[in-house]
Amino acid sequence: MEKSLTWREFIITRLIQTSGYSAILFVALIFFFLLREGLPALGEAKLSELFNIRWYPIENYFGILPLLTGSLIVTIGAGLIAVPFGIGTAVYISEIAPRWMREILKPLVELLGGLPSVVLGFLGILVLSPFIRVFLDLPTGLTALTGSILLGGIAVPTVVSVAEDALDAVPRAYREGAWALGATRWQTIWRVTLPAAKSGVLTAIMLGVGRAIGETMTVMMVTGNAPVLAIKLGSLFSPVRTMTATIAAEMGEVASGSTHYHVLFFIGMVLFLISLGVNIAASSVVFRAKKRAERILS
Amino acid sequence: MKHAIAIFLIFSFIITSCGPTSSAAVTASDSQAAYIENKGSDTIVNLALAWAEKYQSDHPDIRISVTGGGSGTGIASLLNKTVDIANASRKIKAEELDQAKANGVDPVEHIIARDAIAVIVNPENPVNELTLQQISDIYSGKLTNWSEVGGEDRPIVRLSRETNSGTHVYFLETVLRLGSKEDKTLFSMDTLLLPSSEGIIAEVRQNPNAIGYDGLGYVPKDLKMIAIAKETGGAYVLPSIATVNDKTYAIARDLYMYTNGEPTGAVKDYLDWILSPEAQQIVADLGFVPALNPNPSP
Repeated sequence: MEKSLTWREFIITRLIQTSGYSAILFVALIFFFLLREGLPALGEAKLSELFNIRWYPIENYFGILPLLTGSLIVTIGAGLIAVPFGIGTAVYISEIAPRWMREILKPLVELLGGLPSVVLGFLGILVLSPFIRVFLDLPTGLTALTGSILLGGIAVPTVVSVAEDALDAVPRAYREGAWALGATRWQTIWRVTLPAAKSGVLTAIMLGVGRAIGETMTVMMVTGNAPVLAIKLGSLFSPVRTMTATIAAEMGEVASGSTHYHVLFFIGMVLFLISLGVNIAASSVVFRAKKRAERILS
Repeated sequence: MKHAIAIFLIFSFIITSCGPTSSAAVTASDSQAAYIENKGSDTIVNLALAWAEKYQSDHPDIRISVTGGGSGTGIASLLNKTVDIANASRKIKAEELDQAKANGVDPVEHIIARDAIAVIVNPENPVNELTLQQISDIYSGKLTNWSEVGGEDRPIVRLSRETNSGTHVYFLETVLRLGSKEDKTLFSMDTLLLPSSEGIIAEVRQNPNAIGYDGLGYVPKDLKMIAIAKETGGAYVLPSIATVNDKTYAIARDLYMYTNGEPTGAVKDYLDWILSPEAQQIVADLGFVPALNPNPSP
């Protein structure tokens, strides 16, 4: 009897262990595959060609700078929209809203998170982009801004649900302590609750930004996909082409093993490294914050 | 597209290998007639697949295998006598004819459909007609305002299909480079590359600044097609089935099938059927222009 129990225990532990390790294995395999398919690009196209400002693969122009800057500007725009909105909504749901309001808001936000991005893309083409063109008097409504707004909308539910969980996890005693010291509600939120939930809120932001930079369908539909170097402030109001949209649009027809094919994988590699960088930066901030908290407590 | 070809190949392979009794019997009695090998242009491949599918469902004893690969590949295979019908979106070249003579092949040309590209603008745009040179200058970025071609003072927003589309390449060669091989003109960098015909149509429909192009069969009635003159001072011609067939419309080409000698047996039946109203209806459904005058070759 006892023996079978330990056996069962052993198998279950191993199963859980395997599923834990499998995540590392998959990431490693994916990265290995990206390297294998993407690195030959460095041999086939010169670095100066890769970091050029013209992307026109069918005539062998493989400058990825427009795509890189396009992705960055759309993601930064989306972050600027999603972070204040998402955290504001999370604070409202967790700290301010009455119970019945919270019961309505939370499922609604989660529903928004479940919207397929292609549907948002359609809304973007048919409603948002004409509106932006007329409202801002631009030549076309298919701009980085349109993409940013929709991506912000896509990232908000992620930010809200993670940040709200983190705020919820802050012990009630923290708030009561602040109120007892005479802090207003706003002071409590800004000085006590939010800092206490800092690591969770940062995770929320990171996941939101990650969602935005990896999003493909919506961006492909509404940003116009013109490979123009996007480094001026005005670039936000003109069409851009992102890395994800480029891969999605061109991978289907590219001849396997050609320079173009390798360059597309190289772009995938760059995307992977960017999201890895975002992850590492965020977790190091979280880690440092934790250490500091431990020092104060000890 | 490649997937479609692959799937079709697998499918036809399965059919031929899984139906031993019927197909073997037919092949035995009437060897080269029952199986038609059809290869060539990627522009035509979807059309050829649609034809083959319909024809095979009406004639269960005929097997047609369709592959793409490009016009050159198709003609080369015809010259090597490995296919019965070669698809080409261009006329056979002189050097290919020499090669044919050397191989004892007599390529016979059949015009099976026509392909025309309409240049479209928003109905609010007062511009009705442009020369080919003007369209080239618009897309290469030399002209940036509609007032330069007799329109209102509005910026021009250029819309194009993605670079992997055959239509994009054809437009680049025929319009931007005006058919000249030495000309290395490229699309202006800020040309919006949209992933689908629908994307172009949606943007042109709501944006009076936009200019786009699309296969004649795909243009909806509520958009305005531009009348095009081949050279300055020439007559402006609107695209239509009639003007494409009498060659007065500039951005159009014939689509060909080549056979070795005058077709006989099953190949002749198939080509005759292709020029029938039923098969030409499929041409129209796929956005091409039906070939009105059947087989011009002697």
